[in-house]
Amino acid sequence: MKKIILGLVAMLMVVSLVLPATAQAKKPLKVAFVYIGPPGDLGWTYEHERGRLAVQKYFGDKIETKYVENVPEGPDAERIIRQYAIQGFDVIFATSFGYMDPTYAVAQEFPNVIFEHCSGYKTAPNMATYFGRIEEARYLTGIIAGRMTKSNKIGYVAAFGIPEVVRGINGFTLGVRSVNPNAKVQVVWTNTWYDPVKEREAAVALLDAGCDIIAQHQDTTEPQKAAQERGKLSIGYDSDMGKFVGDTVLASAVWDWGTYYIATIQNVLNGTWKTHAFWGGLKDNIAGLSALSPRVPASVKKEVEGAQKKIMSGWSIFTGPIKDQSGKVVYKSGEVIPDDKQLSMDWFVEGVVGKVQ
Amino acid sequence: MDFLTSVLTITIRAGTSLTIATIGEILTERSGILNLGVEGIMLMGALSAFATVFYSHSIVLGFLVAVCIGGLLALLHAFLTTTMRANQVVSGLSITLFGTGFSSFLGQRLGPATNNFRLVGLRAERIAPLAPDWAKNIPILGAFLNQDIMTYAVYLLIPLAWFFLYKTRPGLWLRSVGEDPQTADAMGINVAKTRYFYTIIGGMLIALGGAHLSLSYTPGWSENITGGRGWIVIALVIFSMWNPARAVWGALLFGGINAVQFRLQASGTSIPANFLNMLPYVGTIVVLVLMTWWEALSKKVGAPAALGTSYMREDK
Repeated sequence: MKKIILGLVAMLMVVSLVLPATAQAKKPLKVAFVYIGPPGDLGWTYEHERGRLAVQKYFGDKIETKYVENVPEGPDAERIIRQYAIQGFDVIFATSFGYMDPTYAVAQEFPNVIFEHCSGYKTAPNMATYFGRIEEARYLTGIIAGRMTKSNKIGYVAAFGIPEVVRGINGFTLGVRSVNPNAKVQVVWTNTWYDPVKEREAAVALLDAGCDIIAQHQDTTEPQKAAQERGKLSIGYDSDMGKFVGDTVLASAVWDWGTYYIATIQNVLNGTWKTHAFWGGLKDNIAGLSALSPRVPASVKKEVEGAQKKIMSGWSIFTGPIKDQSGKVVYKSGEVIPDDKQLSMDWFVEGVVGKVQ
Repeated sequence: MDFLTSVLTITIRAGTSLTIATIGEILTERSGILNLGVEGIMLMGALSAFATVFYSHSIVLGFLVAVCIGGLLALLHAFLTTTMRANQVVSGLSITLFGTGFSSFLGQRLGPATNNFRLVGLRAERIAPLAPDWAKNIPILGAFLNQDIMTYAVYLLIPLAWFFLYKTRPGLWLRSVGEDPQTADAMGINVAKTRYFYTIIGGMLIALGGAHLSLSYTPGWSENITGGRGWIVIALVIFSMWNPARAVWGALLFGGINAVQFRLQASGTSIPANFLNMLPYVGTIVVLVLMTWWEALSKKVGAPAALGTSYMREDK
């Protein structure tokens, strides 16, 4: 009798082990997103959230997505990423530069979970990085600004003097100067990604200094609003800011993470995911140009479309001749700045007023 | 507008919310209550003012609601610290944590359905500068005139607060409660009532400072719109040595430093922005050091001796 019961118990145990395993095979792929700001910032995090929604819509019930917002970079990020890994999430997207080391640390502990980190440089067999050449889109917005400035002074509210921001300023300035060699781009640093008050104060300072178009590398629409209140124009970033501010935003350099997220998750579902360092541009759809404001004349629009085609066909915006601020030619005609030099860029091209801090 | 006038204009505009909140906090601290909830109350004030104006289209109502919310939060602080005799630092900090979180929470839910129930990115009526064009162009003086109604109110509030504190009987009572509640009690002043009253008044003014941000300075709601200005207010109270008249200079210095540093950057100077940003805090530390170093000065400037302590008549 005892043996029969023991046998039954053993069978039950085996069955209970097998059952969840079979059930698991049918379970949707669990995908988590970690955000630095609120999805309502109408900028950086807003675009990632749109990417998440696009993924959810595309795959339907084949996947399940979750997100957590306002995660500070540092120990908190590591705790939250680890929490997701423990909860059995299969793919975790960490969407801020400062999440790099926390993500890397957790990736070492969970070799079966796939980690995707945005804008960093560390990879592991189960951790990939992805980012986009938004400066290609900024180059196009620069053409518009260069054509439409009357004072030949364009203001640029910038967050931090890191290569990502410097590349954007240089790409924008090269765009401006490609059509208007007399225009100057004046940079003011705020030393913050997100501070509506400071972003506005910086924009107002630039407007008072005579700038008539305001571009920015920040996370809110405040510089755009400040320009509009003065009756001046602006260039948006992150999302199509014209939608929130109005047609004084001539165009925006925008992110489109959805395409990349869909491709990545498809790879995971197919079992073909491999670690990588993705750095796409306009032709990969990850960075793009928003619809132009009706204030942009048709001739300028044509010019922008021409440049867009050129970039799409593989031309680099960082093709020489490129001069630095002192006027010295640093890259000769036809020479392209190599990727590693772009990734560590810490100098301004000719036409930028300001210093990398 | 010449350079000086434009810098002064933006400095006064930036300093307005700081000055109002600082005067509020001075009144509170003069009664012996340390309210570290400034950041949270300012955020709740900014949010409630903007949400009210967005739906009611009435700026007056917006200010009223902000004042009520600020008063309620301060009442909570007064209850915890005066009646329950809780630790003032802990109570204040928890109000800041609460206000920061709750304002973000409401900001994602109070909006209209067309905006996904969010308040971010919406526009509402704002208070605009009052001065006519000819007045704006007067050098220097134009900077004072080219301001909104709140700033004009601050011009009045500063001398009034100073006069009240140093030249009137209730002002003397207030100072004596913060200085020596036992003696004040013996003189027949109701210590608890005084502390309740000025904590609430302080909270109302602090919320008004927040409302100025969302209705005038950076019109609209964005999460964490204060960006740490509540903590600057607490530094400003020390910097101004608990005197409303001196609070102006502090607020102008703190508020103006950003305006000035961005302008210096825009004009291509080589002074690092971080250095300029640091200056007001150095000033605060210098004041603190001087006060500890030289106790006589501390007495002279009138740091409330009973600040941060609770009072019960039965205590000895």
